[in-house]
Amino acid sequence: MKENIISVKELCKNFGKFKAVDRITFDVKRGEIFGFLGANGAGKTTAIRMLCGLSYPTSGSGTVAGFDVMRNGEKIKHHIGYMSQRFSLYDDLTVYENMKLFGGIYGLSKMQVERRSVEILNQLQFKSEINTLVGSLPLGWKQKLAFCVASLHRPEIVFLDEPTGGVDPVTRRQFWEMIYKASSEGTTIFVTTHYMDEAEYCNRVSIMVDGQIKALDSPAELKKQFNASAIDEVFRSLARGAKRGE
Amino acid sequence: MTGFASFVKKESLHILRDKWTLLIILIFPIVELLLFGFAISIEIKNINFAVSVPHRTEAIRKQVEQISSNPYFTFRGYISGNEVDKELRSGKSDAVVEFSKDNSVLIALDASNPNKAMEGAGYLQSILMSGNSNASETTSNLSSIIPETHMLYNPQMNSAYNFVPGIMGLIFILICAMMTSVSIVREKETGTMDVLLVSPVKPIRIIFAKMVPYFTLSCINLACILFLARYVLKVPMSGNLGGVIGISLLYLSLALALGLLISTVTSKQITALIISGMLLLLPIIMLSGMVFPIENMPAALKPLTYIVPARWYISAIRKLMIEGLPFKYVLKEFSVLLTMTLFLVALALKNFKDKME
Repeated sequence: MKENIISVKELCKNFGKFKAVDRITFDVKRGEIFGFLGANGAGKTTAIRMLCGLSYPTSGSGTVAGFDVMRNGEKIKHHIGYMSQRFSLYDDLTVYENMKLFGGIYGLSKMQVERRSVEILNQLQFKSEINTLVGSLPLGWKQKLAFCVASLHRPEIVFLDEPTGGVDPVTRRQFWEMIYKASSEGTTIFVTTHYMDEAEYCNRVSIMVDGQIKALDSPAELKKQFNASAIDEVFRSLARGAKRGE
Repeated sequence: MTGFASFVKKESLHILRDKWTLLIILIFPIVELLLFGFAISIEIKNINFAVSVPHRTEAIRKQVEQISSNPYFTFRGYISGNEVDKELRSGKSDAVVEFSKDNSVLIALDASNPNKAMEGAGYLQSILMSGNSNASETTSNLSSIIPETHMLYNPQMNSAYNFVPGIMGLIFILICAMMTSVSIVREKETGTMDVLLVSPVKPIRIIFAKMVPYFTLSCINLACILFLARYVLKVPMSGNLGGVIGISLLYLSLALALGLLISTVTSKQITALIISGMLLLLPIIMLSGMVFPIENMPAALKPLTYIVPARWYISAIRKLMIEGLPFKYVLKEFSVLLTMTLFLVALALKNFKDKME
């Protein structure tokens, strides 16, 4: 039995009277690919922000990478990587400059940055583009690079906020191969997505509706529970009950 | 110091890659300075005048000659008494001097441009008066007391002296406040701010790293402006250069704090741009005394000028640079600016912390 790397109990975040996140409880195991699903406005982003140490929970408790989300938000930041759909590196910097920047931010030495960058670019067969401005690369490549940059400092957990939005199916497939590889090397992946076929790739998924987690299990178990043939159906039957609008 | 150097490097790269913006930042102050220094002048230099006389006498000829010899006036010719209105209306002349039979003189001016008319009247009166006194010296001593005027500190009435401090007050706010706020807000807009905030780098370090290159650029601008002012516009710089630089650096910090404050209240680049444009630039041009003298403002408007930082900066720079006063004479301006800076920094940091949570 693997240890829990994220463990959250009764976590809440209120904005005034509005309960953005309403008593969520779940655990994520080390090396797991955890799918965090929910409709827009269900509270996913708020929950992720709390787990990343960006915002303080209103109540509840939780640990991420062994640090308390209430007290040690700053320490958590050293152990996680983050990538979102909106962000795919700085367009006006080259591939290598982006890597140097994020390496520097996480306190890697010049040597380490150089070694890991070369290693990553070799794996992606992308060495020739090392001095290309990121802005001139296709979106799919940017997203793959962004994932590599987010894991450049070898974080224990990588948070991926809709990482494959707007990317073609072939690149999405390649992206998930990268996720599997990272997971097999022991990195925990915490991923949100709107693509239900991607949810099927996860070890376990949770589905959030109106700030609460309404379902949590492996895709196969969920389908059995809800008597559905795909996660898509499970999601829709749960999301139909949502009271919050878009 | 986690990542601070990497950040400064990143910000510098952003600026260097954006060639047009960089060019504008570096060239704009120079163009502005030269434009105001040479091309745009608030003094009236070319007044066309005509003369109407019942019959030409030697005395009148002498007076007309005296006016014409003044570089500000161009003699358009003699006209008859009933042509005065036509002459002014057609715009051929800006002023008509009418000598009448009883030796009285009437000066008629086209006051559609009040400044020009006022100034022209002033010049004409003084020329005619001095002409009278010369003529009457030998005869009766009727001439009244003629005041002697000294234009202190700026004997040539050079408008560049007036504009250099004003331009400085404008440029630094523009570059520091506008550019920093836009560059911070840009990261909010593209979402990169989130990624930076997830990193272990303290938010305040991110912000300071953003300020470093703009501060450096402003220092280059300051050097350029001082150099141009001294050697091209021939502003005397009679005061201590250290004082000018010192108070300018304080003003730069104030501008950076303003930029940070703006960036904490907006989330769109365009809003940041409009706020800096409307809330900073207009008051600086209108209320700082750069163009319109504060003394002439309506009483209700005057207190408003006290909260415009540029007012204090421009006043201090005038005293130090043009009048050549020692630093202790700008202590008031210095302390006002210092208080404003500290207040803005505190407010901006507080706001920034609140927003990041």
